[in-house]
Amino acid sequence: MSKIHVTTTVNGEPAEFLCQPGNSLLDALRDDLNLTGSKEGCSSGDCGACSVIVDGRLVCSCLMLAVEAEGKSITTIEGIANGDVLHPLQRKFLEHAALQCGFCTPGFLVAAKALLDHNPDPTETEARYWLAGNLCRCTGYDKIIRAVLDAAAEMRAGAPAGE
Amino acid sequence: MTFIGNKSDLKVVGTRPVRPDGVDKVTGRATFGADYTMPGMLMGRVKRSPHAHARIVSIDASKALALPGVKGVVTAADFPDIPSEEAFVGEGPMNFRDLSLNCIARGKVLYEGHAVAAVCAISDEVAAAACDLIDVTYEVLPHVIDVEAAMAPDAPLLHADMFTANVTPKPEKPSNIAKKVHFTVGDVAAGFAQADVIVEGHYSTQPVHQAYIEPHACIASAGADGQCHIISSSQGHFMIRAYVAKLLGMEMSNLKVTPAEIGGGFGGKTVVYLEPLALAMARKTGRPVKMVMTREDVFRATGPTSGAVIDVKLGATKDGIITAAQAVLKYQAGAFAGSPVQPGCMCAFAMYDLKNVDVVGYDVVSNRPKVAAYRAPGAPIASFAAESAVDDLARKLGMDPIALREKNAAKAGTKTAYGVTFAEIGYEQVLAAAKNHPHWKAPLGPNQGRGIATGFWFNIGGESSASVFINEDGSVNVVSGSPDIGGSRASMAMMAAEVLGIPVEHVRPIVADTASIGFTHVTGGSRVTYATGMATVQAAENVIEQLKTRAAMIWDIPPEAVEWKDGQAVPAGANAGGFDPLPLAAIALKAAKTGGPIGAEVSLNAQGAGPGFGAHICDVEVDKETGHVTVLRYTAVQDVGRAIHPSYVEGQIQGGAVQGIGWALNEEYVYNTKGLMDNAGFLDYRVPVASDLPMIEAVMVEVPNPRHPFGVRGVGEVPIVPPMAAVANAIRGALGIRMHALPMSPPKLRAAVDSGVG
Ligand code: FES
Ligand code: FES
Repeated sequence: MSKIHVTTTVNGEPAEFLCQPGNSLLDALRDDLNLTGSKEGCSSGDCGACSVIVDGRLVCSCLMLAVEAEGKSITTIEGIANGDVLHPLQRKFLEHAALQCGFCTPGFLVAAKALLDHNPDPTETEARYWLAGNLCRCTGYDKIIRAVLDAAAEMRAGAPAGE
Repeated sequence: MTFIGNKSDLKVVGTRPVRPDGVDKVTGRATFGADYTMPGMLMGRVKRSPHAHARIVSIDASKALALPGVKGVVTAADFPDIPSEEAFVGEGPMNFRDLSLNCIARGKVLYEGHAVAAVCAISDEVAAAACDLIDVTYEVLPHVIDVEAAMAPDAPLLHADMFTANVTPKPEKPSNIAKKVHFTVGDVAAGFAQADVIVEGHYSTQPVHQAYIEPHACIASAGADGQCHIISSSQGHFMIRAYVAKLLGMEMSNLKVTPAEIGGGFGGKTVVYLEPLALAMARKTGRPVKMVMTREDVFRATGPTSGAVIDVKLGATKDGIITAAQAVLKYQAGAFAGSPVQPGCMCAFAMYDLKNVDVVGYDVVSNRPKVAAYRAPGAPIASFAAESAVDDLARKLGMDPIALREKNAAKAGTKTAYGVTFAEIGYEQVLAAAKNHPHWKAPLGPNQGRGIATGFWFNIGGESSASVFINEDGSVNVVSGSPDIGGSRASMAMMAAEVLGIPVEHVRPIVADTASIGFTHVTGGSRVTYATGMATVQAAENVIEQLKTRAAMIWDIPPEAVEWKDGQAVPAGANAGGFDPLPLAAIALKAAKTGGPIGAEVSLNAQGAGPGFGAHICDVEVDKETGHVTVLRYTAVQDVGRAIHPSYVEGQIQGGAVQGIGWALNEEYVYNTKGLMDNAGFLDYRVPVASDLPMIEAVMVEVPNPRHPFGVRGVGEVPIVPPMAAVANAIRGALGIRMHALPMSPPKLRAAVDSGVG
């Protein structure tokens, strides 16, 4: 079967790739664009390790067809930091030790960024429900939730990102 | 050298620096098993059994091989037929023949998902299509799933040559009972005769999976000269080397294994599944082969831990002295022998100082995936039963459950039922911390209950290697052979920095491949911070001796006249001479002139890891209409010896507790009548998510382990031991009903509310 040519934007840069009609966006990101920061934990939409933001919406990239990326703007974990300046969420994850193995971490960071983009002042409960689509088997979520709430507080206080 | 006594003198140990691999992990740069590629790489897939138990009549791969893009197929015929031989490189004993048969079935398939063939092709799509084209003809055999059914005399037999070990006389007939274990002290009959109060319970649990979020993944390549390389995500690359070399009949020196970052293991990545298949196909085709499991494969074909049926009986005097403890534990091993029933038997009552104990265990095979280690293997389910019974005992005696435990607590000098006498342990301190925690006295609302349960794990030491190198600019590399599954590089760097007296930022830790550092046992059993940490500390101490010698040469005074203080060499006293201190960097700069590079490697076999104890307090609210249990508050107290990086110790405690909460409330393997798993995905096998949980308060008690230079005890296993009973005891408090079967899921709770029995 001949491949389909897709033109899209990834982390603010133009990107193009060839894919099979059945390929997921996750496959395209990982295998064709070499953006292996997005992880595959289940390929059924249940773990959130593959989370990306597409035109402002949080999606599981394993559930979106690669061809659907045509003309869209996609943010992956590789696009969260500003050059070598970490996003406050990334910095707070490190400070709070909100990762152990780190396999779920890219998905959590992308999902948490989408949360704070929508709601800069989430309650603990709101953060827990927003992040309920992301599985972490190592941390018990405690430090992840603390890191997200702390990053939100810092961003609200207007501290320069990534100082 | 020991650093235990004076915690206030420690500058690095006990602080919370950002971990050295942290930035890579928050930016997506860290490379896990599935992130690697190699030039010319093929993709491999496994053809798996659709039956729980069947004879393989024939395998015909001709159609698959004819598919364009398919490069090779392997079956058991491509692997040596390995004789029975015990191996000890993983976590717990493993028989090489069973391992080989588990990686690729020979003659019979023993569970749904059992690998029968593997295929490699130019893409994953082609490999998947080729898998479908492999024709396997089966003769389906009767199967058995449940442990007690498998023990029945007329049960379908998995292995015609399995005769129960440790029974005399040797059984005349084979059975599914691989082994019996028995620990006894004193006289339980006499103990029960002295008891004023007796409680009994019949408990059951289901297998649960470690459910690491990263599926197994590896890439293997083979040169025409026989030199092979595997990159894989595992808890022990030396384990991978040993197992793969054995299964493929290779010399170990011809196989290098590089550890990828590992996305969780919890014991489940202490064995091989894909690696032997990938390397066999790489050798056959001359091209690198990458293999990645699907989540379904992970559930169906890799090891969960055992489910069990457990009977417990306890007797006590009316003032709360336990006079006898008895248990029978029947553990599922999966398709091959080797459940963790032995540690289960050892841990069941290890928290208590008991005169009369009798524990019997059975290791039972059935048509399920072979179990693998899972955090404190065997202990959590034994403790679920034993600590539920202790709670019943406290209620029957009208005693506070902490007071009952204090009365019977194991302490230094207590001899366990399995023969070991405890040295310094912290169980009493853990109980005291739980009793004094505000959580224990906080008020409860309607339909709410509070439970407490305690747990024990041995912790282990074992073989580890680490080296410390001083670079020319005075920065330091620490190299170890232990895959880092939860922050161990941070703790190695911190211990080395502490010993050397330098800031941790100047120490860069890495995990080296099997050709670059001495043998190191798997990351498991809570051994790495203890044993690999000990090797790191000794290597750093060796380096300090060298640095002192170099300083002595520079100053032209005897080495004994030099001391190491705060990262620099100083004259030992006024008589040594009036030299200015020589910082590490200054000595490093002159290394070439004073004898060459400075560094040391230490390989050791660490003995006597300090046992760990924990106590968990759990509050729940039960919705009687739906049977749903909400965990309202959770406090986990644990003796950690000494926390090197407290955040990661807390993380271990919180993560273990939450895995235990999932085990208690939701997680289970569900089988249909055909012996096939019905819930092989995260939608139906429900692990806890953030919205299920409150914050988990981790309380660290520090009773230093005298055998480790910093007092370290393993911390990773203990926290998964108490939760199931803590939750069950809380539900008992809320409902007045003792739940006997895990998971305590809504349908079971609803039924218990209706019938009044759990
Ligand atoms: S890989 Fe997409 S949700 Fe799990
Ligand atoms: S840190 Fe390991 S899964 Fe979240």
